[in-house]
Amino acid sequence: MTLISLTPLDLSLAAVLILLLAGVSWRLRLGVERRVLVAALRSAIQLSLIGLVLKVLFAQSSLSLIAPVALVMLAVAGWEVMQRQRRRYRGPWGYGIGAVSMFLSSFGVTFLALTLVIGVDPWYQPQYLIPLLGMLLGNTMNGIAIALDNLTRHAWEARARIEARLLAGADWGEAIGEVRREAIRSGLIPIINSMASAGLVSLPGMMTGQVLAGSPPLEAARYQILIMFLIAGGTGLGSIFAVWAGSRRLFDDRQRLRLDRLKARPRGG
Amino acid sequence: MDGLRVQGLGNALFGPIDLAVGAGERVFLSGPSGCGKSLLLRAIADLDPHQGEVWLDDAPRSRLPAPLWRRRVGLLPAESAWWGESVGEHLPAAHPPLDDWLSALGFGPEVLDWSVARLSTGERQRLALLRLLAQSPRALLLDEATANLDPQNCARVEGLIEDYRIAHRTPLLWVSHDPAQRRRLGDRRLRIRDGRLEPEDIDPS
Repeated sequence: MTLISLTPLDLSLAAVLILLLAGVSWRLRLGVERRVLVAALRSAIQLSLIGLVLKVLFAQSSLSLIAPVALVMLAVAGWEVMQRQRRRYRGPWGYGIGAVSMFLSSFGVTFLALTLVIGVDPWYQPQYLIPLLGMLLGNTMNGIAIALDNLTRHAWEARARIEARLLAGADWGEAIGEVRREAIRSGLIPIINSMASAGLVSLPGMMTGQVLAGSPPLEAARYQILIMFLIAGGTGLGSIFAVWAGSRRLFDDRQRLRLDRLKARPRGG
Repeated sequence: MDGLRVQGLGNALFGPIDLAVGAGERVFLSGPSGCGKSLLLRAIADLDPHQGEVWLDDAPRSRLPAPLWRRRVGLLPAESAWWGESVGEHLPAAHPPLDDWLSALGFGPEVLDWSVARLSTGERQRLALLRLLAQSPRALLLDEATANLDPQNCARVEGLIEDYRIAHRTPLLWVSHDPAQRRRLGDRRLRIRDGRLEPEDIDPS
C-alpha cells in the first residue's frame, strides 16, 4: 500500500466540517464560533510551518539546527503550562518550575529512548528525535499543568490545615504531604486512562498515522507501546519533580507556608 | 532568663514589639479586631515572615529548627483546623496520658475515636487545646481559647490551662476579648494600639 497524497482540495473538504461547526455554534448561540475558526486556522498554519521546518531539518540532520527547534518547543510548552495555572507562582518560578520539569522529563526520556531503546545513530537523527520529543512534551505538558494547578489550588484551600500541622511540629513535607500526593495522582490520571483504553476505544494518533502511512500494523503497535511507556514515565517523573519543586517553593527557609508567593489569575485573561 | 522573650518583633503592620513573659507568668493581650493580636502570636510561633528574635529559656529561635520551635512554643489559633478523620489521629505519636485532661475538659476516653466532622464548634475548641497540650509545649500562645464556650466549659478550659501552667511553670500569652477573664486570670494585661504594646489600664486618650 502506498500513501495517497492529500491535495489542498481534500483539506478544503475537511475544512467544511469546521465551517459547519462554527455555523452551528453561531446558530445555537454557543459563542465559540470565533474560537473554533481561530484555533482551526492556527493549527493549519502551525502544522504547515512545522512541516516546512522538519523538511529542512531532515535534509540536514545537524544538531545545531535541531537544538533551537527543540528549545522553541520546550519554551512554548513551558508557556502553556504557566497559562493553565489558576494560581501562578510569582516571578521566574511561574515559568521555571514547569519548564525545568518538562526539560528534565521529556528531554531525559527522549534521549534514553533514542540511545538505549531504539538505538538511532546518531542519536539526534531528526526523523526520530523531533516526533518523539513532540509526543513527550505534549503529554508531559498536560500532566505537569494539571498536577501544578492541583497543587497550588489545594494548598490555597487547605491553608488552615497545613498550618495546623506546622503548629503541631510537622516539617513542611509532612504538612503538605496529602496535597502533594493528590496533585501527583491527578497529573498521572490522563496517561493511565489513555494506556488503559488504548487499542480498545481509541487508536492513538501516532499509530493511526503510521498505519495510514503504510507501516505494518504490528510494527505500528510496537512503536505505540514504546511511546505510551515513554509518555507514562516522562509524565510521572515530570509531575513528581514539578510538584516537589512547587511545594518546596510554597515554604521558606523557616518552613512557613508562603501563599503570598502565588498570585490569583487575572479574570478574563 | 526563664520564660519567653520577644525582641524587636514586627512587620509592615505592627511592631517593633518587645515583651518578656516570665516562667509561669500570665500576660493577657487585647485590642480592637484587626489590631494585630493574632498576627503577633503567629509571628512568635514563626508562621509569617517578620523581623525580630524570640527566646525561650535563653534558647534563641533562630538556632532551633522551625518544627521544634513550633512544638515547644504552642499556638492555639482562634479557629482550629483538623487534617485527619478521627480526633485521635491528630495526637502526636508519643503523648502524655490524656485521661485526666479529657475528663477535666468534660470528655470520656472514647472521644479519641470520634470523627472530627461530627464535633460541634465548642467541642473542637476544647479538643484543640487537648491536642496542643499533648505536644508538651513549654510556652503557650492562646488566641481566644474560650470564645465559643458556655460558662461551664469555659471554666473547664481555664482550669486545665491553669493546671498545666502551674505544673510546668509555663509562660502564657493569651489574647482574650473577655475583660472579666483578663482581670480574673491576668498577671499583666496589655493592649495593642497603633502596632505597639501598652498596659491595658492606661486611659486610651
